[in-house]
Amino acid sequence: MADNKTSQPAALTPALRPLSPHLQIYRWQLTSVMSILHRASGIALSAGGVLLVWWLVAAASVPEAYNAVQNFLGSWLGVLLLLGWSAALFYHLCNGIRHLVWDTGHALDLRSTYVGGWAVVGASTVLTAIAWVAGIWHWVG
Amino acid sequence: MAEFTLPANSKPGVGKTVPAPPGAKRVRQFRIYRWSPDDGKNPVIDSFWLDLDQCGPMVLDALIKIKNEIDTTLTFRRSCREGICGSCAMNIDGVNTLACLKAIEDIRGPVRIYPLPHMPVVKDLVPDLSHVYAQYRSVRPWLQSESPPPPDREYPQSVEERDQLDGLWECILCFCCSTACPSYWWNGDRYLGPAILLQAYRWIADSRDEATGERLDALEDPFRLYRCHTIMNCTRTCPKGLNPAKAIAEIKKLLVLRR
Repeated sequence: MADNKTSQPAALTPALRPLSPHLQIYRWQLTSVMSILHRASGIALSAGGVLLVWWLVAAASVPEAYNAVQNFLGSWLGVLLLLGWSAALFYHLCNGIRHLVWDTGHALDLRSTYVGGWAVVGASTVLTAIAWVAGIWHWVG
Repeated sequence: MAEFTLPANSKPGVGKTVPAPPGAKRVRQFRIYRWSPDDGKNPVIDSFWLDLDQCGPMVLDALIKIKNEIDTTLTFRRSCREGICGSCAMNIDGVNTLACLKAIEDIRGPVRIYPLPHMPVVKDLVPDLSHVYAQYRSVRPWLQSESPPPPDREYPQSVEERDQLDGLWECILCFCCSTACPSYWWNGDRYLGPAILLQAYRWIADSRDEATGERLDALEDPFRLYRCHTIMNCTRTCPKGLNPAKAIAEIKKLLVLRR
C-alpha cells in the first residue's frame, strides 16, 4: 500500500481529532456529586487534622499559645472552619460506611444507591447539627 | 494527571441556526455538536428547530429527519432503531443513552446532543471506539476451556449456572457506561472501564470457562480494575438497565476471596 500519510484526512489522524466534551456537559447527578464530595471531604479532613494538631500542641505548651488557638477557633473564621470540618467528618464517615457496604457486594442496585445516598446526606446533616447543638449547649451552659 | 478542561482544538463554538418551517406549532430546538475533519476548524454547536408534529417520537427520529431534510452532512451511527445494536449511543440532555430509546417528550427545553463524552471524535456524533475495542480484546471475551465438550453435544450447564449470566449477556457494548465514568475519563488509557469489566466478569461467571484464575490475574492491577471508585454513573446511565458496578464489585470480591 502506498504511503499517503500527507494526504490523510484529520479523521484518520488521531492526534488532530477533538476530544468530545465531558465534565462540561455531563449532567450532575447524586452518584457523581456524592463521589466527588467524598474526595473533597477527605481532603478537608486532612487539612482539619493540621488544625487539630495545632490545638493539641498549643494545649501541651504554654497557656498563652492555647489561648491564642482558642481565640482563633472562637472567631467567625474559626467557627466556619470547625463547621466545615465537622460536616466533612460526618459526611465522610457516613458515606464511608456506604462504601464499606458496597465493598461486600450489597446495595449496588440503582434504587439502593439512591436510597442510601439520600440517607447519607440526611444522616450527616443531622449528626452535624446534633454535634453543634451539643457543643453550643456545653459552651453557654 | 486528569485534564478537566478541553484542549484548545476541542472547545466548541457557535454554529448555524436553522429555524422551524413556517406554520409549525409544536417546535423544539435541537442543539447538536458538529465537527468536520475536513476544514481544520473547532467543533461547533448547530441549532435546528424542528416541528415535532412532523417528526417521530424519539431523538433518533429527529436526527434522521435533520439528515434527510435539512442537513445531509449530519453524521451519526444508527442501525436497529430499537435498542439492540448499541450504535446510536450518545450524550443526550447531559446523560449517555441510546438515541433510539430516548423520547423527545421526556426532555425539557432544548435537546442537547453530544458524542459520547471524553472520546476522540471522528465526525459530528461519531466517536472513535478503537481504544475500547482494543481493551475489549484484552480481556479475551470468549470461552476458554481445556476439557473437550461431550462428543454429541455442547458443554452442559445447569439452570442455576446459566442464571449467573443474566444481567451480563444482555450488554450490547454501546459504551454509554464507560464514557459516563469520570474515572474512565481521567484514566481510560489504562483503566478498563465498566463496559469491559462487565464483559470480563461475564466470562469469569461462566461455569463452562476454565480460565478464571488467569482472567483474575490479568485484572488484579491498580489501574485495569481498581480505578473503579464505585461512583455508580455506569449503572445510572445503562440504557439496558444492567449493573456494571455490581459486576466490578463481584470481581473485587473474588480477588479478595482467593487470597
